[in-house]
Amino acid sequence: MELIQQLLISVLGFDAGSAATTANLLWILLQILLVTISVILCVAYTTLAERKIIGWMQLRLGPNRVGPWGLLQPFADVFKLLLKEVLVPANADKLLFLLAPILSLAPALAAWAVVSFNPTFTIANIDAGLLYILALTSMGVYGVILAGWAANSKYAFLGAMRSAAQIVAYEIAMGFSLVGVLMVSGSLNLGKIVASQQGGLFHWNWLWLFPLFIVYFISGVAETNRAPFDVAEGESEIVAGFHVEYSGATFAVLFALPEYANMILISLLTATMFMGGWLSPFDGLFSASGIFAWLAAPSFLWLGIKTSCFLFVFLWIRATFPRYRYDQIMRLGWKVLIPVTLVWIAVEGVMVWLKVGPWAVAAAAAVAS
Amino acid sequence: MFTTVLFYLFAAVLVGAAVGVVVARNPVHSALFLVLAFFNSAALWLLLQAEFLAIALVLVYVGAVMVLFLFVVMMLDVNVAALREGFARHAPLGLVVAGLMVVEMFQVLWVRRLGEPALLAHAQPAAVEAGVSNTKALGTLLYTQYAYPFQLAAVVLLIAIVAAIALTMRKRPGLKLQDVSKQVAVTKADRLRIIKVEAEKRP
Amino acid sequence: MIPTSLADFAIAAPEVTLLGVACVVLLLDLFIGESRRGWTFLATLLGLALTAFVTLYCAPADRTVALGGLYVADAVATVIKFAAIATMAVVLLYSRDYLSARGLLQGEYLVLALFVLLGVMVMASASSLLSMYMGIEIMALSAYGLVAFDRENPIAAESAMKYFVLGAIASGTLLYGISILYGVTGSFDLNAVQAGLEREVFFGGRHIGLLFGLAFIIVGVAFKFGAVPFHMWVPDVYHGAPTSVTLMLGSVPKLASFALAWRVLAEGLGPLSHEWHDMLVVLSVLSMVIGNIVAISQTNLKRMLAYSTISHVGFILLGILTANAEGYTAALYYTLTYVIMAAASFGMILLLSRQGFEADRIEDFKGLAQRSPWFAWMMLMVMMSTAGVPPFVGFFAKLYVIQAVLNAGMVWLALVAVLASVVGAYYYLRIVKVMFFDAPAERAPALGGSPAFRMVLSANSLAVLGLGVVNGPLIALCQQVIPH
Repeated sequence: MELIQQLLISVLGFDAGSAATTANLLWILLQILLVTISVILCVAYTTLAERKIIGWMQLRLGPNRVGPWGLLQPFADVFKLLLKEVLVPANADKLLFLLAPILSLAPALAAWAVVSFNPTFTIANIDAGLLYILALTSMGVYGVILAGWAANSKYAFLGAMRSAAQIVAYEIAMGFSLVGVLMVSGSLNLGKIVASQQGGLFHWNWLWLFPLFIVYFISGVAETNRAPFDVAEGESEIVAGFHVEYSGATFAVLFALPEYANMILISLLTATMFMGGWLSPFDGLFSASGIFAWLAAPSFLWLGIKTSCFLFVFLWIRATFPRYRYDQIMRLGWKVLIPVTLVWIAVEGVMVWLKVGPWAVAAAAAVAS
Repeated sequence: MFTTVLFYLFAAVLVGAAVGVVVARNPVHSALFLVLAFFNSAALWLLLQAEFLAIALVLVYVGAVMVLFLFVVMMLDVNVAALREGFARHAPLGLVVAGLMVVEMFQVLWVRRLGEPALLAHAQPAAVEAGVSNTKALGTLLYTQYAYPFQLAAVVLLIAIVAAIALTMRKRPGLKLQDVSKQVAVTKADRLRIIKVEAEKRP
Repeated sequence: MIPTSLADFAIAAPEVTLLGVACVVLLLDLFIGESRRGWTFLATLLGLALTAFVTLYCAPADRTVALGGLYVADAVATVIKFAAIATMAVVLLYSRDYLSARGLLQGEYLVLALFVLLGVMVMASASSLLSMYMGIEIMALSAYGLVAFDRENPIAAESAMKYFVLGAIASGTLLYGISILYGVTGSFDLNAVQAGLEREVFFGGRHIGLLFGLAFIIVGVAFKFGAVPFHMWVPDVYHGAPTSVTLMLGSVPKLASFALAWRVLAEGLGPLSHEWHDMLVVLSVLSMVIGNIVAISQTNLKRMLAYSTISHVGFILLGILTANAEGYTAALYYTLTYVIMAAASFGMILLLSRQGFEADRIEDFKGLAQRSPWFAWMMLMVMMSTAGVPPFVGFFAKLYVIQAVLNAGMVWLALVAVLASVVGAYYYLRIVKVMFFDAPAERAPALGGSPAFRMVLSANSLAVLGLGVVNGPLIALCQQVIPH
């Protein structure tokens, strides 16, 4: 990474003073581009993986016509969607109708800015990273609400209303479970949160914060409007919910991209908060100089594997569970998940106070040093 | 320099959005302008290095409060024409009030300028050192110096919840509700009656 | 920065206890069935007794500022808190029959009432504008909820809305004033504000910004007091709210208003007394004159008492505006005695009310002397006292205030006050006339009320006489707690 930065400075031929800032700016832009393109590619292949995995679970083959094993299918889909006409319903609020997909996409991509990919690489290493992510994921709902409202259609509007109430309800549970993580790590910075879990499989947060881990993941599924919480779309009840009037590129941008990007983000965040992020599960098992040293070292590899596992769970849930009824969703959010998090935060407070758990050791070490 | 440009950019959008809240014909557009205004004030706070407050503003107001606002505004189906009736008639009065408010705002700034050095020991905040997290600083203040009003604020929220529930929750007759604990607590005896049936005798 | 630890909260033991009691009542009510609400009620009263005990027991001997300079425990605070707790207990006792007859006796009602009390106590102990504002909001928010508590009653809903909107404006005004004051002095701490202002005044500064902030704060205080010209919410809210809530609003928050004026104006902004003196003169004269004159034309007893409250607020302000210890003492004495009288007079309305009937018109009191001579005489004493007739306690309250004003050399103000109370005597005596000389309306049923209610109400009314005849101890207490 440093190398590329040096290269940029030398290629562009600026002198050290003012060039440094310009090169820095370019460097940041390059990083953003890199992450964005990777995310979009991941989204493309997540859609394929979804169809394949659900297909196998249902004893079907899934897409297998375009390219070997259907590997080019996502591109075919993208071209198809981009080439189709963008329809705007006659009585729609045109501006908002076209603005909604953008409002939905922007936060889904912007949230990646603070993600800690490995010990050294984060686009924006800010202190309030966790809050930033919470704020941006809560912004995503505007795309859905506006899409539903602007289309001027009954079904779309119903979907939007459902989505608004649902996201507000689950965001509280999500925020509370992150409060638990925050209490343990003592920082809002995602990198520091990962670093605080150092010490092997049983030092990761999932064990000591198990209820919060489960609540976070469930709220994550709800927050992304995925099955079994996909009442905002609810094909069998309200056709396709908020995106019923969208077509072509707007459909792709409004629905597919943000939804899958958010799924990946939630999986990645679950891995970061509760599963030690880029830390290796074999931490301390292999000597630092041996042939398997790379297995014990923290790297992006581990984050990728963990994220993929959670992503798989998303798909697995979708293939397994029937859709919740609306009042059941509300009850689960308000009456089950939120009380669970509240209780566990109290329990955790007592644990921190009595210095139980791996973080007490780390905190003691920090005080000593 | 760059910061100054950003400040004016955000400030201009903020003022524009605020005007939009008032003059937009559609209440949904008004609410969205308000969201934009919140967002820009958050950006202004970021420029002041108050990142916690900025993000909290987005998280709480944009992410939760305004969503509920939009929810209600969309559900209400406000009659825009009736609402706008008399807008022009009352506009002069509104403008006078707005003018007064602006004068008052300037008064506050002017009052601060008037403050004598002895009274204004805090006038210039020291530049924030790098590496000082203002989230942490705020937390420390809230839980030490301001622990008492912080708890009181929690009481205010509790009162709001109690009052809101007391005023709105009613048990209407004929409401179809699912009581999960009742469903779970059901025993065989509640639902099932085993009847001994005389065995049919073979003739 | 003064760090706060958990142990520091011990100084706020009364508030902590009350909050605990409120939470316990809230939870208890969940598990107690509809039919056994009486237990919740009992728990509330026991909780109040506990809080009163803690308030007296934990009162520090000297003035103590704690919790990061946001909380002050002193004798004035203790007196106001104890009076507020006692009043709230009496108020709840009076309200019980009224509430259960209307299906309003719910756990939430009691919890909100406890929170009103909590707000009053926080205000009484606020040594910073920050905690003062929190106290105001706690009290106001619970009060809005209580006014609207009878959901089926559209008048109550309307008055709650008015109360809410005007109350929010008042809070906004107060906050605006506070922010300006903060801008100028750089502190929320009333002691620091006072010190800063003293320096300012000492150097002969006449700071325009301070005046600006002061004006907004005075408007906020006047709103909370319900002083003319910021009184428009008082009659509507008193009239529209359920009578039990009117009783509460008419009594307990007056103590809070005194605490607000005392802490902010007398203590914090004391050095500016020459500035706010004139503003209070206007408020006080207008309140006394308009309150008394408009009250004459009222046919609804609750409305009449609302205007009477406004005129009494004028008297309380009269005591405060002298800006000396004698005036403050008189104002505190006036507030305490007014609360006793207000509790008794609204208690009478509650006594006469029954299921589906509000005895809130003056004609409902017709011929009370024949229906219940005992309570007619009680009401007579309360009304005489409120009018300021010797030897009842109301007379002495007015006497001390007017004396303080005369000693401060404001003869014309004293004259206005005397004239206003003469006008006021008319409508109080009208009630007496209606009770003793008019025939009772047909089919007027016997008085309701549990024995406890009747006994406490009698005691309350007799206290008006007793404290008047033996007025020494209470005024001595007030003199003792107000620092000279």
